[in-house]
Amino acid sequence: MGGLILPITGNMVSAAQLLDRPMDVAMKKQLADIALNAAKSAGASYADARIGRYLNQFITTREKVVNNVVNTESAGIGIRVIANGTWGFASTSKITPDSIAKTARQAVSIAKANSKFQTEPVRLAPVKGVGEVSWKTPIVKNAFEIPLKEKADMLLEVNNAALSSGASYIRSVLFLVNEQKYFASTDGSYIDQDVHRLWAPFTASAVGKSGFKQRASMGNPVGMGFEYLDGKKEDKVFVDGANVGYNNSYDMVEDATNAGKELQKKLTAKSVKPGKYDIVLDPAHLMLTIHESVGHPLELDRVLGYEANFAGTSFATLDKWKSKKFQYGSNIVNLVADKTQPYSLGHVGYDDEGVKTKEWDLVKDGVLVNYQATRDQVHMIDQNESHGCCYSQSWRDVQFQRMPNVSLKPNQKEDLSANDIIKGVEKGIYIAGRGSFSIDQQRYNFQFGGQLFFEIKDGKIVDQIEDVAYQSNTQDFWNSCTQLAGKSDYRVGGSFFDGKGQPPQVSAVSHGCPTARFNNINVLNTKRKV
Amino acid sequence: MSIVTEKEAKKILTKVLSFSKADECECNLNGQLTGNIRYARNTVTTAGEVSDLTLAVQSTYGKKVGVATINEFDDASIEKVVRRAEELAKLAPDNPEQMPNLKPQKYSKMNTYFDSTAKITPEYRAKAADDGITPSKKNKLVASGFLTDSHTISAIMNSNGLFAYNVATNVSFSATIRTEDGKGSGWVTRDYSDVSKMNTAKASKIAIDKSIASADAKELEPGKYTVILEPAAGVGLLGRLFNNMGQRSADEGRSFLSYKAKDGEKNPPKNKLGEKMFDERVNIYSDPHHPEVPTPTFAGDGAPVEKTHWIKNGKIQTLQNSRYWADKTGTKYNPTATGGNQWLMSGGDESLEEMIKNTRRGILVTRLWYIRQIDPQTLLYTGLTRDGTFYIENGKIKYPVKNFRFNESPIVMLNNIEALGKPVRINGNMVPPMKIRDFTFSSLSDAV
Repeated sequence: MGGLILPITGNMVSAAQLLDRPMDVAMKKQLADIALNAAKSAGASYADARIGRYLNQFITTREKVVNNVVNTESAGIGIRVIANGTWGFASTSKITPDSIAKTARQAVSIAKANSKFQTEPVRLAPVKGVGEVSWKTPIVKNAFEIPLKEKADMLLEVNNAALSSGASYIRSVLFLVNEQKYFASTDGSYIDQDVHRLWAPFTASAVGKSGFKQRASMGNPVGMGFEYLDGKKEDKVFVDGANVGYNNSYDMVEDATNAGKELQKKLTAKSVKPGKYDIVLDPAHLMLTIHESVGHPLELDRVLGYEANFAGTSFATLDKWKSKKFQYGSNIVNLVADKTQPYSLGHVGYDDEGVKTKEWDLVKDGVLVNYQATRDQVHMIDQNESHGCCYSQSWRDVQFQRMPNVSLKPNQKEDLSANDIIKGVEKGIYIAGRGSFSIDQQRYNFQFGGQLFFEIKDGKIVDQIEDVAYQSNTQDFWNSCTQLAGKSDYRVGGSFFDGKGQPPQVSAVSHGCPTARFNNINVLNTKRKV
Repeated sequence: MSIVTEKEAKKILTKVLSFSKADECECNLNGQLTGNIRYARNTVTTAGEVSDLTLAVQSTYGKKVGVATINEFDDASIEKVVRRAEELAKLAPDNPEQMPNLKPQKYSKMNTYFDSTAKITPEYRAKAADDGITPSKKNKLVASGFLTDSHTISAIMNSNGLFAYNVATNVSFSATIRTEDGKGSGWVTRDYSDVSKMNTAKASKIAIDKSIASADAKELEPGKYTVILEPAAGVGLLGRLFNNMGQRSADEGRSFLSYKAKDGEKNPPKNKLGEKMFDERVNIYSDPHHPEVPTPTFAGDGAPVEKTHWIKNGKIQTLQNSRYWADKTGTKYNPTATGGNQWLMSGGDESLEEMIKNTRRGILVTRLWYIRQIDPQTLLYTGLTRDGTFYIENGKIKYPVKNFRFNESPIVMLNNIEALGKPVRINGNMVPPMKIRDFTFSSLSDAV
């Protein structure tokens, strides 16, 4: 095996010692330069190196039991090169100078082998090297530093709250992620970033005479520290006769208590009558609809066909964008992309190819105006600046275009609440929380469920109902958007494990939105007898 | 470095255990050497190789348990990961469900390694991509696809002296070929343990033919149809059925296999074990020695794994469980092989082509996509057809049809069997083509 020894001027230090704290930046620079120089010597016209240390902690519980406490740690280097106009990539967990140089040469030889079949040489949008810089998620409490007992006790308290209020079973989990990643490229950038994310979901279920029901948590995965679980009063949004929504902090015990009560109602709730309804979607639900029907179809790699063999392509083709009048949604619909929104999962200083992050419009006043693109893609949409949304899940995997935060802007004219929106609905359904979701490979036809469903009659929530799913077509759906709540109602939800690519990689992405109303939507009844 | 021999694995894990101060310690070593190539728009887009070896250490004090992992193997790192697992265990509350480590076990021979697959080169991968790209260009089509090969090892050792080791190879290939105008799309997938069985040119030809044949699809009204699900279309729903066959959730009333007691019934069973729930032609089992889909003969905890019938002649024969749940309920522990849930469905002798020939009216489905659960009680799922959906009349494919969204349960599906064909390997399982009546399509999709 041999010890893993890294050289520092005059001294030697074992990898194990390094792992107690982030690797020294000077050493990372030295190692990255070995990769870049070896790649260039082997014939690369461009190279980048990502030295990563990825820490995770997962605590899983069910009912009164802590099932598992897992700490994972993975460190290594991924080297990406362009040689003969073709990408090549190789990675290794062995962070020694010899291994790094060998891996860089391997990446170049892979690029050269593939270049025989290459028809379109890679063209990178220019990026000016930023020199040595650093960025850190603005966390208040580092969740890794909170004593394990405190975290486990919190989850058991959550479980107890659900079980005391009507749930028969519950599973709760705390996921903590810390990406310590160092990026260097032949453009002259040396970027050190320390990224933190947290997610605390639960699923409770209740068993009754006629069957069982489930209710998942209403909290969000976030780019925050343990302070997210403070559950501050000012971060709660109350919808009359329905649920509590959460903004920048989450009262998990309160949510679990509500889940138990709502489960008991679910067991006896009446089944929805299928038909057309005006639906009002809370942000913890709508975020997923945005993710699937806006986030994915506007990924430029999908539009161009790079994802055709897996996730699919997109209905939002270039001709629609070029026309400058493709009505993606009604004129109150404004969708923006960013990697800069505080507390969001996508929030970083620079993406994984060294591009400074920013915000840009995707749909403006209902019209499709832009996509999400990386350095090697933007020239295909006649732009010369990358959008900064390149990401890799670890040092082991190659970086590629991933969805930035994609958010629906709140009502700019009136600061309406969810209650204000419900007041205007004659025959409708209010849907809270994310449930089942499915959409076709070009993002036309979709079907969504939810966690909680409430019947609206004459401007009031009258009953909790069950077995609701709605089906629509993306363009029809967004054009049926008739009302948005205002900035006080705006909340950021997200997806902690969004999958894409081959081999598949996960990424974490947020979606901000206010409560929104969509008219005349097709609602199905999903109850079946088998 | 990532692919260690049995002897090297034993040496590393023995060293790991030598650092342990816990009551019990179990360690797992997983090594992988993987290569891949991805292409799209008739050109190679990404390609790479990854080498990694990961150690997971589980330490137990009484009923307290902690797990830590690391991918570095100098002595200091190994000792550190052991200490970290022990610290986590000491801090963790008691886990009453924690079972003691197993004693040493005996395993039958494993046949999961093929030298041919371990020796795949970047040139082989590039050729696989070209097998789709060149003929697609000739036919004015646009090829995309992916080939990935893996050479992996997994080893487990515990402080009771149990040791198990496996070395395996796998390769999988898929291609989506589309017409230039985006009106037609065809798809194919193949996976093997032994790459000498792979023919990427022949496979690509299937996707090419389907892309041409699927262009300009006609609209059919949504509703109930007789369908022929190709093995790649059936695998998604069948896999989800298999993954919902856990004993604990059934016993707790949270599964389609939970028994609903009748009023006044004395000592009702907790689950539907032994109940006939499907057509009697339905047989689903696991077998680590299956020649097409070999798996390790040990489970994640080191328990030996042999052939197990899960559904026999339509009857629920065995439920998946953990060692804890088996112990608590006084039932037999039914482990599955480490590294994935292999399941094998029996079928008949009919080929897909013969099945089409024997169909008066029906819809041929190449694959199902974005399958999501709607209701865990009825195993109702939704999803869509994709990359080749055709109308069959009087034994012939008449014309392509627009894709459908389905809302259907595999429980219903396996009660509506018209015919089962000859199983083939798909995604590490064996799946027959299935002819199913009254399959529910709920809406149309414009997607191609």
